[in-house]
Amino acid sequence: MLLHWINQKFLSPKGFYTTSRFLLPWLATCFIACFLYGLIDGLFIAPADYQQGEGFRIIYVHVPSAFLAMLIYLGMAIAAMLTLVFRLKIAAIWMSCSASIGAWFTFLALVTGSIWGKPMWGTWWIWDARLTSVLILLFLYLGFIALQSVIANPSQRDKAGAILAILGVINLPIIHYSVIWWNTLHQGPTISQLAKPSIAPVMLYPLLSMILAFFFFYLIILFLRMRNQILLREFKTQWIKETLS
Amino acid sequence: MMIKALLTMIHYECLLTLRQAFSWLTPLLFFIMVVCFFPLALGSDHALLHTIAAGIIWVAAVLAILLSLNNLFQRDAQEGYLELFLLSSYPLTLVVFCKVVSHWIIYCVPLLLLTPVLALLLNLSFYENFILILTLLLGTPVLCLLGAVGAALTVSLRHQSLLLPILIMPFYIPILIFGTSTLVAANSGQLLNGYFAILAALGLLCFAFAPFLAALALRIGVSQ
Repeated sequence: MLLHWINQKFLSPKGFYTTSRFLLPWLATCFIACFLYGLIDGLFIAPADYQQGEGFRIIYVHVPSAFLAMLIYLGMAIAAMLTLVFRLKIAAIWMSCSASIGAWFTFLALVTGSIWGKPMWGTWWIWDARLTSVLILLFLYLGFIALQSVIANPSQRDKAGAILAILGVINLPIIHYSVIWWNTLHQGPTISQLAKPSIAPVMLYPLLSMILAFFFFYLIILFLRMRNQILLREFKTQWIKETLS
Repeated sequence: MMIKALLTMIHYECLLTLRQAFSWLTPLLFFIMVVCFFPLALGSDHALLHTIAAGIIWVAAVLAILLSLNNLFQRDAQEGYLELFLLSSYPLTLVVFCKVVSHWIIYCVPLLLLTPVLALLLNLSFYENFILILTLLLGTPVLCLLGAVGAALTVSLRHQSLLLPILIMPFYIPILIFGTSTLVAANSGQLLNGYFAILAALGLLCFAFAPFLAALALRIGVSQ
């Protein structure tokens, strides 16, 4: 009964198309609320860091984008499993529409990290383990996008992409730990990262709110792209004609 | 019975590739030339070359293997053998495994044999040379196994030779790191068991996953 309801409302392209139209305004409301609170509290109300001064406020963009960069890849890998095992059409659409959003968030995390690093560490880039693994995550996203862009047949594109995403998610922890190993073996970070024992609650709440805001933003963009993709793939079916006319 | 069929298949695959000298000589020549490019670009300072030798040889080996991977399934796909593999009574995973083994024998063994000579050019001692070859011996099968997944994913595509390196290179990073850091550790007098164990563990992991994923990818590529 429940499964049937889920299938009807979310998993079939038609159900998703109608449900997402209903969900989008709610998501937008949540996004605006979280974003405004995070922005105002983060930029104006939260006190300046005692070591980093006002410069630390870039954390409210940097941490959410880095968090989403990883979360989106994980979501893509789960969708990839659903694509290969259950042949869920909507999971494949979720996966292929997520990739470029994830790539942009990864890029944003790298760029804001660089901008943050310049005044704090004195350099735009250090070959720190975390930075390097995020860079490699960007390469994984770009490889996925490149593979999807050259395959014309949708079902082949979905399955090939799913295999690559699964290979990526098996390898990501290995890559991450190998980079940590490489980093400690060659040399310690020349400029030690500023010790942050634990973030104060006044700084934490706007950060959590910003993470939620970024997440809602991702969902909004994702749903819009997925609706486009559904129209593209199903434009010959009867229900599209009925919905659009 | 199964083992015999597998051995026969590896044997024929090797013979077929060996007869086309161009296809296995090109990556080998490429390997030599890439190694020679580094001293030309960075200067012939002995101490410098000695510190970066392992890195140079590893990078050159990775590039040469990437170049060779286009040959892994392409001929079979063009001439229709892939469909026969799919229809045969042997599991496709095993067929893929045989192809990877024969690929390693044809492309990587000559590369391993050439490494001592090139390492001499880069000023490595006998002991370092030995360690380097051991790491390559453990690492190159992993490169071939992971590469097989990429080659299978791109087998039916027109842009294969461009796309394949982009897809696969991020996955080569751990092997590259552990392969080269073994020599750094050897020079600082550390025990090397852990390094070899990790390389071997990566190999076993790929041994378990890669042929299966590659077979899955081939099936998708061919069914269209």
